[in-house]
Amino acid sequence: MRNFISDRARIIPPSGIRKFFDLVLSMDDVISLGVGEPDYVTPWKICEAGIYAIEQGFTSYTSNKGIESLRISLSRYLQTEYNLMYESDSQMIITAGVSEALDIAIRAVINPGDEVLVTDPIYVSYPPCVTLSGGKAIPVPCDEKNQFKLLSETLIEKVTPKTKALIMNFPNNPSGAVMEKSDLKGIADIVTDHDLLLISDEVYSDLTYSGKHVPAATIGDLWERTITLNGFSKSYAMTGWRIGYLCAPDEICEAALKIHQYVMLCAPIMGQMAANEALKSGNEDKEEMVREYRMRRNLFVEGLNRIGLPCHVPEGAFYAFPSVKETGLSDTDFAEQLLKESRVAVVPGSVFGEKGKDHIRCAYAVSREDLAESLRRIESFIEGLK
Amino acid sequence: MDKTDLLILKLLEENAKIDTQDLAIMTEIPTVEAESRIKVMEKEGIIRRYSAVINWEQTGYTPVLAVLDLKVSPERDFGYDRIADRIARFSEVKALRLVTGAYDLEVLVSGKSMQEIARFVAEHIAPMDRIRETATHIVMKVYKENGDIFFEREVGERLPFSF
Repeated sequence: MRNFISDRARIIPPSGIRKFFDLVLSMDDVISLGVGEPDYVTPWKICEAGIYAIEQGFTSYTSNKGIESLRISLSRYLQTEYNLMYESDSQMIITAGVSEALDIAIRAVINPGDEVLVTDPIYVSYPPCVTLSGGKAIPVPCDEKNQFKLLSETLIEKVTPKTKALIMNFPNNPSGAVMEKSDLKGIADIVTDHDLLLISDEVYSDLTYSGKHVPAATIGDLWERTITLNGFSKSYAMTGWRIGYLCAPDEICEAALKIHQYVMLCAPIMGQMAANEALKSGNEDKEEMVREYRMRRNLFVEGLNRIGLPCHVPEGAFYAFPSVKETGLSDTDFAEQLLKESRVAVVPGSVFGEKGKDHIRCAYAVSREDLAESLRRIESFIEGLK
Repeated sequence: MDKTDLLILKLLEENAKIDTQDLAIMTEIPTVEAESRIKVMEKEGIIRRYSAVINWEQTGYTPVLAVLDLKVSPERDFGYDRIADRIARFSEVKALRLVTGAYDLEVLVSGKSMQEIARFVAEHIAPMDRIRETATHIVMKVYKENGDIFFEREVGERLPFSF
């Protein structure tokens, strides 16, 4: 029999933490800091809107772009919240999560042989999605000494005549780094000067702790060459509803929509209706959650530094990204031994690329009690190493 | 009273036993400052006391609760305040509010048994001057109290890892 697996499917790597996954399932009493989602249940008003949608018989396909009322609310929301302008009918697609938005964005713009710059530490989906389009992902290091921000001098070093696009993700998973307006300006100049496209994944935009998020598309002339990706999962604790969105200038949006209509058709209607409710009435719950994440961050990061895992203060998302270098263990060994011996699950930083090495990603979107207990366990684990 | 004070109050309301040092880290102020802010608010009577929310039903020592609606004739110069003050002094009265609508005062009463509550209402509340009408509702089941939902709920499955 022939080998039926395509070359592209063969070369994309399997998940870097599958063995951890199996291990954790065989254990009891594990505190998991390995999950990239809020620990909250979706706020009840939003759930009710989803339930109501089903009760009323809203169980069909929607227009490919997504239901009109959601797009209109979203367009208004982006304008009032961020001064970010996208037309609801020609510059936005509601997708099945940001994961799909990322996939169709890349497929809409990348040709085989194109080089795509990705900020390193890298969110795990970017290189495989680039590979599936025949492109080549080139990491751009974001150093810990610069709080994992992307610096223009580092970016410029990686630009070649083959470079087509830059994918960046701020607030960042896994580092929690954010880019302020002044940080983005230098990036905007390079992207514009070298005629690059920017794919900006801003799914953690609502989770910033010192100052409001600045969308890349609002900087300089970036709008016309930016695809903005965002979604409802992290802001409103709606991961399971699978609602994201892609915003881009008409031509790019049109191209992405063609792919979307063939591969996904539309995002789930009840999720879209729930998302509409989130925009309408979810603000208070969102602010409450953000305030709670911030307090947990303070507790957890203070704790990590106290017990000897140096950690910069992440200004966004809900991840702490401490260094484990001083323990003498690699990040993978640290994570594996910590899980086996002390029953705390974290993600080894090297799965996020070269710049993630010697770090572990700890999601602090867990209860304060679990955070305190995990700190106790990590501390005694480190003591045992000495 | 600033944002930090409000945050401290919220945290204490949620868990009065919270460690002050943790509370200080969470609210991004020094521990001594957190202590002094709490002291000030205690002194000013903003923080009245620290108590526990108890699901009495689970203990077997379930007090009977009743909501008592009262129609009251207000007094010249005092309105409802004087009679409210008299009612509030009974230890059986757990909460007392002036409300709009058909009735004026809404009283939460607790007692060891239904008979005890009936006796209390009949002997102490109803005969009071100025009380024109009473309606007593015995509480059959508590679903939510002070923001806590008393349902046992299945916890959704969460992946141990995700990116």
